[in-house]
Amino acid sequence: MSFVEETYDVVVVGAGHAGCEAALACARLGLETILFTISMDSVAMMPCNPNIGGSSKGHLVREIDALGGQMGINIDHTFIQSKMLNKSKGPAVHSLRAQADKAAYSMEMRSTLQHTEHLTLRQAEVAEIVVEDQKITGVKTYSGALYHCKACVLCTGTYLRARCLYGDVIEHTGPNGLKAANHLTDSLIANGIEMYRFKTGTPARIDSRSIDYSKMEEQFGDERIVPFSFTTNPEEVQIDQVSCYLTYTNEKTHEIIRANLDRSPMYSGVIEGTGPRYCPSIEDKVVKFADKDRHQLFVEPEGLHTNEMYIGGMSSSLPEDVQYAMYRTVPGLEHAKIVRNAYAIEYDCINANQLYATLEFKQIKGLFSGGQFNGSSGYEEAACQGLIAGINAAMEILGREQIVLDRSQSYIGVLIDDLVTKENHEPYRMMTSRAEYRLLLRQDNADLRLTPIGHEIGLISDERYQWVLEKQRLIEEEIKRVHGVRIGANEKVQQLLASFDSIPLNCGVSLADLIRRPELNYDCLAPIDPDRPELHPEVTEQVNINIKYEGYITRQQKQVANFKKTENKKIPVDLDYDEVPSLRIEARQKLKALRPLNIGQASRISGVSPADISVLLVYLESYQYRKNH
Amino acid sequence: MYRTDTICAIASGMTNAGIGIIRISGEDAIQKADQIFRGKTSLTDVPSHTIQYGHIVFENQVIDEVMVLVMKAPRTYTTEDTIEIDCHGGMIVMQQILKAVIAQGVRPAEPGEFTKRAFLNGRIDLSQAESVMDVIDSESSYALHNSMNQLQGLFSSQIKEMREAILYEIAYIESALDDPEHISLDGYKEQLLPKMDHIAKKIRHLLDTKDHGSLLKNGIRTAIIGKPNAGKSSLLNILARKDRAIVTDIAGTTRDTLEEQIMLQGIALNIIDTAGIRETSDVVEQIGVQKAYDSISSADLILYVVDASTALDENDLKIMDTISNQNVIVLLNKSDLECITSEDDIREHLDQTIIPFSAKNGNGLDVLEDLIAQRFFSGEISDHNEIFLTNARHIAALSNAYDSLLHVMDSISMEMPEDFLSIDLMDAYESLGLIIGASVEEDLVNEIFSKFCTGK
Repeated sequence: MSFVEETYDVVVVGAGHAGCEAALACARLGLETILFTISMDSVAMMPCNPNIGGSSKGHLVREIDALGGQMGINIDHTFIQSKMLNKSKGPAVHSLRAQADKAAYSMEMRSTLQHTEHLTLRQAEVAEIVVEDQKITGVKTYSGALYHCKACVLCTGTYLRARCLYGDVIEHTGPNGLKAANHLTDSLIANGIEMYRFKTGTPARIDSRSIDYSKMEEQFGDERIVPFSFTTNPEEVQIDQVSCYLTYTNEKTHEIIRANLDRSPMYSGVIEGTGPRYCPSIEDKVVKFADKDRHQLFVEPEGLHTNEMYIGGMSSSLPEDVQYAMYRTVPGLEHAKIVRNAYAIEYDCINANQLYATLEFKQIKGLFSGGQFNGSSGYEEAACQGLIAGINAAMEILGREQIVLDRSQSYIGVLIDDLVTKENHEPYRMMTSRAEYRLLLRQDNADLRLTPIGHEIGLISDERYQWVLEKQRLIEEEIKRVHGVRIGANEKVQQLLASFDSIPLNCGVSLADLIRRPELNYDCLAPIDPDRPELHPEVTEQVNINIKYEGYITRQQKQVANFKKTENKKIPVDLDYDEVPSLRIEARQKLKALRPLNIGQASRISGVSPADISVLLVYLESYQYRKNH
Repeated sequence: MYRTDTICAIASGMTNAGIGIIRISGEDAIQKADQIFRGKTSLTDVPSHTIQYGHIVFENQVIDEVMVLVMKAPRTYTTEDTIEIDCHGGMIVMQQILKAVIAQGVRPAEPGEFTKRAFLNGRIDLSQAESVMDVIDSESSYALHNSMNQLQGLFSSQIKEMREAILYEIAYIESALDDPEHISLDGYKEQLLPKMDHIAKKIRHLLDTKDHGSLLKNGIRTAIIGKPNAGKSSLLNILARKDRAIVTDIAGTTRDTLEEQIMLQGIALNIIDTAGIRETSDVVEQIGVQKAYDSISSADLILYVVDASTALDENDLKIMDTISNQNVIVLLNKSDLECITSEDDIREHLDQTIIPFSAKNGNGLDVLEDLIAQRFFSGEISDHNEIFLTNARHIAALSNAYDSLLHVMDSISMEMPEDFLSIDLMDAYESLGLIIGASVEEDLVNEIFSKFCTGK
């Protein structure tokens, strides 16, 4: 029997990293929002690695923050170690990564949700979606309660028909023994949604007291900590940090693994889901990279109030007895006591090609989705999709234009475009190599790129927006000034250059020329630049980067201009591809299924050739012509 | 991908007609053409729909005397600014002008691209839409077919090899960037430099033989040598007599060598007919013989004619000794008569390809032509109409790849961080990919996962 519980503007299913961002965005835009979770104790839970950020993922967090999302602020309040990765490389690949206190992270996020107006948090399992006339009208919980809504965002993570495996043990639960959501899948299939089954895994957690750290290399955080959020005052995050540790597997570890491969559900064929290649289990690594005699392991604390240590690099689905044996071959883990077993987890997710780049289902109006449900992996990938799905659900209800970030604007745009356009057969992870224009998409300029959009949406305050405009103005002004400053070959200049092992000047050059020298930068040239105005470090950082890498940046800007031409050629949503003559069959099928929004997106679909694009362009012109005449 | 940059192509068809037309269309058409045009007035200053007389000058050399038609948007075929260069109709001239235009940064047009632009810009009537689509459709499948053919060649296997080497390096850098704690780039740049230098040299070599060198641009310098009366002049006659247009007659530097350019399966041969080589006390003849030896040393190809009806003598041995290390095809002439000298007799002294031949009835001529085509173009050239266009595109792509690799090496010497290297490596990889029509992105992701152990 069902009964009507309540009516909301937006229902968000799942309170993981995607669901929290989606719900916060909707509520902050003034919509009545309810956020369902399987357990009130697992809000924004981190069931795998205890960190936020990392290569290219740090970029995502910065972008979430610039759009008005919560992840950056939340980790700034709860991190216990922080590091800027790739510092010796170019600014495009600098990436922030923080170790999180998992419990604190989760509690902090729950508290934020519970202090947000228009937002209701509810423990219940959503079992059905209610669709009328190709439009979402509500959801039903397992207990029979019906919740009417105008839009719904599905962020079910790894919970749909989840099962955890190690050896021959199969537990029909979500991560960490939490209840799986076993009913929603049927309702989705009944509504014509195509499902995939993916797999991922996690290593064991080991009791810190049983670890001999003297046999490992200690890994410290950065001396000067940079916060994730542009709103966090850097002075407030200079905390005492905890350490991580580095150790290695060895030939003995590998022997044990090889001897027991037949007992892994991955190799015996019990696991049906497709696992991620970039996050291989230790058994995968030993098999695939047989020539490597050791693999790195990172031993990381899970929080300040637990003695659990995460053994990064050694996820596995081998049986418990093999896990004990293999972990104990590792230097420092000889007497390891396992607190939680390593396991693989299988779950239902969707073929994200069913979504528009707005993250709305093409065949069900008002139904949006984000996170691992869309076939991605990682907390940051989930959060940014949740944010975009939530924003667009709100935009639809408010009758405003939905947002789509393109590949030249953000990593978020690259991620979503890849998910909804390309064929994806494994959990999708963000990587810097996926971003074509990464020199322009730096973590240090995420605010300049996206704050104006966040402000337009209504998630960024006027004050914050004004500062970004002002910052932009100051940067441009200073770049112009620096190009005009002539530096003569005088005694003072030569002395300064000598102190940085830089070749002395033969004749006068511009200040910009000196900044471009690898061994010099904007800051260190201050003594020979007497007219330099006093500027915020955020401004001078941008000035330095823009001048230093000017040639490369200009080249990327040209590529972007070319890219934009095809992105701006829109394809009408109601275009009938059967009416387009000369399209090849494969292309016609793909285009019909994917319904790309513009020519650029169409050209990235695998199976659509440049000839098909030509045909489509020609047809679109005549289509427009017919419409206008 | 659809683009709206400036494009060019030979518009008159690739035959040796009296007049050739090179068409340029796009935003920068007039300005780009002006960069290689020397006339009374700059093309950018003349009124629309006028004809200008002048010369095409490239790399300080006058290529041809031309008439240039300047047509400004929108009253043109494509509705974009359009230039038509009317030149002398020789293939070599047209190709040189096309190359000069491409060198200004103009892109060789795709098949049917002028027509496509004309339609997209509303120039062609709507009723023609269907047929235009058919044109694009068929032309692109033709292009596809064409590229399939070339896939089998040595050329494309070289391109593939280079791409694989470059992709490996990109994948290595990218995995290190994505997984800095597992994969180190310490000392990497020092290793990369010689590898990139090696590939850049290979590309340079391809460009030299394909473009810069003497072959397509100036023709293959071919010396016909042999003893007096071996049949050298008959060979030249039979080569020239066949229905191939004689492009130019260039008087030799002396009366003793005559240079003649003939087209053979689309390849230009600059034939030097030398004086017969023999020991002589005649001073005038000695000069001729010396010239013949000079021709041998500077030739790309030597056609050595041996008279099969007479025995090898001192003179033959001397010739064979001189040419042993060169690109030689031996023609055993008069093979229709009774053979006194056999292939084996020659092989005792010279390790080169030998073709039985008859200058009298033309036997062996087809074999000779195929052999030359194969030797210089790896069997790639098969069709007059397509080769030059394809080649121009290949050359443009190769030049871009070469420039990108130079950027990589520059960046290394400027101590730029590794992530900057992968930007230009990717450009080089993409440029080479244009030649064999391969896609990029999935390649990289797959390479990263298959070669490097990354991840948490």
